Amino acid sequence: MSYVAIKGGGRAIAGAAAVTEYLRTAEGLDNDRAEPLEIDAILHQLRHLVDRVVSEGGVYHPKFAALAIKQSLGDTLEAAFALRAWRSTRPRLSATPPLDTTRMRLIRRISSAFKEIPGGQMLGPTPDYALRLLRLELMDESPDAFRAVARAWLDNCPDARLPDSFPKVLDALRAEGLLPPVTAARHQTAFDITREPLVFPLPRSAALATMARAETGSLLAIAYSNMRGYGDVHPTVAELRVGYLPVLLPHPVTGELTEAGEVLITECEVVAMYEAEENGGKPMFTIGYGACFGHNEVKAISMAILDRALQKGMQDGAANPSEDPEFVLLHVDGVDSMGFASHYKMPHYVTFQSDLDRLRTTQQKSGEPA
Amino acid sequence: MNAMSHVQSGNAYNFGFLDEYAKKEVRRAILKAIAIPGYQVPYASREMPMGRGFGTGGLQLTLSLIGPDEVAKVIDQGSDDSVNAVNLRQFIEMTCPGISTTTKTAECTLIQSRHRIPEQPLTSMQIIVLQVPYPDPLVVVEPSEDKRKTMHSEADYSRLLVKLYEDIVKFDEITISHRYPTRINGHYVIDPSPIPRWDVPKLNDSAAVILFGAGREKKIYAVPPHTKAEPLAFSDVPFQVEDFRDEKGRRRACARCGCTDAFLDEFVADSGGKTWQCSDSDWCDAQLLPAKRLQGEPA
Repeated sequence: MSYVAIKGGGRAIAGAAAVTEYLRTAEGLDNDRAEPLEIDAILHQLRHLVDRVVSEGGVYHPKFAALAIKQSLGDTLEAAFALRAWRSTRPRLSATPPLDTTRMRLIRRISSAFKEIPGGQMLGPTPDYALRLLRLELMDESPDAFRAVARAWLDNCPDARLPDSFPKVLDALRAEGLLPPVTAARHQTAFDITREPLVFPLPRSAALATMARAETGSLLAIAYSNMRGYGDVHPTVAELRVGYLPVLLPHPVTGELTEAGEVLITECEVVAMYEAEENGGKPMFTIGYGACFGHNEVKAISMAILDRALQKGMQDGAANPSEDPEFVLLHVDGVDSMGFASHYKMPHYVTFQSDLDRLRTTQQKSGEPA
Repeated sequence: MNAMSHVQSGNAYNFGFLDEYAKKEVRRAILKAIAIPGYQVPYASREMPMGRGFGTGGLQLTLSLIGPDEVAKVIDQGSDDSVNAVNLRQFIEMTCPGISTTTKTAECTLIQSRHRIPEQPLTSMQIIVLQVPYPDPLVVVEPSEDKRKTMHSEADYSRLLVKLYEDIVKFDEITISHRYPTRINGHYVIDPSPIPRWDVPKLNDSAAVILFGAGREKKIYAVPPHTKAEPLAFSDVPFQVEDFRDEKGRRRACARCGCTDAFLDEFVADSGGKTWQCSDSDWCDAQLLPAKRLQGEPA
């Protein structure tokens, strides 16, 4: 009749967990060679899944991200959620100063603004120009051949000497006076969305932090609405870079900045149409900025476009949903939105009873002669 | 209390799951909420290991307030055995070793509830935490949080009252069934969480502290003890709770305990007929005991 009136809610929950675990392991029913997914296999072979979960989980822990993917049977929303819930139990012990992304160890770097850029374009790993044809030969891949591929690739790699740092395309534009100079605001203390509630109007750093751990699809959908015409950012990708960023932390004893490790990030800077300076100065291009953990290019580009759209909205008033900080920032978090969508599956007997009471009373009254 | 001593081996989670900084922040927000009755205090809501919308706001309040001597009760839709209540209670038991849980309203010191306030009047020794999906009653008339904040600070609830008035014009009735907007201490109007109108009068002059936690919307608010709580209404159209009278105008009774003064759930039985039962399962059990004794049955 109902799952409230019947005793045994606890048994029902345990049963649901058991049957899910059955599905996870059911391959072993009639396959004696079935093996559990290794965390390392997820880390390496499903790397973009890990990238996505690390980014939306909001904590750089690829191993736990892989574990979360494994236990959620590959559901990215659930995996990011598990990682975020783990993260929320960790105290904040220290904060990094703003990190210099010119010092990234790059695996990929492109600009769609210029054919040649200082330091050079570097396509790196991308499916952008791949033909999306099913590679049927992977259906039954031999382990030996699999192991040989990466080794062969490394052996054939030319011994390139890459510089430690690559200049930013934006710096060149700035030097020409096409972009506004960087103001001191860059060194303000960043807004920590894990420790402070979002109260509007927000500083830009709060908006950026919210988007950096937003759900990829949500961010893309709102950015796409701007691209299609509900907005007019018309971005040019000045630079998109993917690589390992050294993380510097103050040494606990000396206070000296020390490299504590590195994180894989994607960073995107878009240039948008120019605006007249408010106080009658020269018109300049405007900038949108996106960055997130992991290799997530669509997310970083979407974020950069929305950063631009939100800055415009905050200055001139929102003309479109993508320019409205409340609309964008309160609807892009995957943990929030998926949780609330799921909660409708819970019992709502009491509120529905109350709804019935109102409708019946109203119907009764409308049946009466006036 | 040194929470580090409660770290469970192999679990690596703190007593009460949240780290102590997070709990402290929640408690600060609670104090502010009590100091400004009905005001929605923003706080940095943490992610919990259950879905947003399943009670993460209430749970953060519970876990921040709970101490080793606590006797906790968790209900959902009035029932201790609802799947979500069971889930939350198990989580609280797992992360707060040493506390006790009960299903008896009279025995508990802390109640976490979704959609109901128990029928048994609460005492000054008790705290009730209500789970909140929508903390702001103005959201039905104004989607922008920024604008709503100004409306609240000016106690400008005119658009809500217009909505109630339009309901009367259109339907000859106020159509708000639950989440009934209620003015606290003469100023802020709150969304009292999706409790039925039946429970709204229990907010007024309550002996127990009533706390509201909205995890997804990141707000905490409170109705302190013995504070005025008035549902919005008009002098000629008074506030009304749910009507449990049958076609002949008789008050329906609970099919299980016979009680005629509790909020009832309506069931469609397998036979197709309707039955009515207390929504508050502990209340129903408590009514049943004397009834059984009266009939000479073992309780």
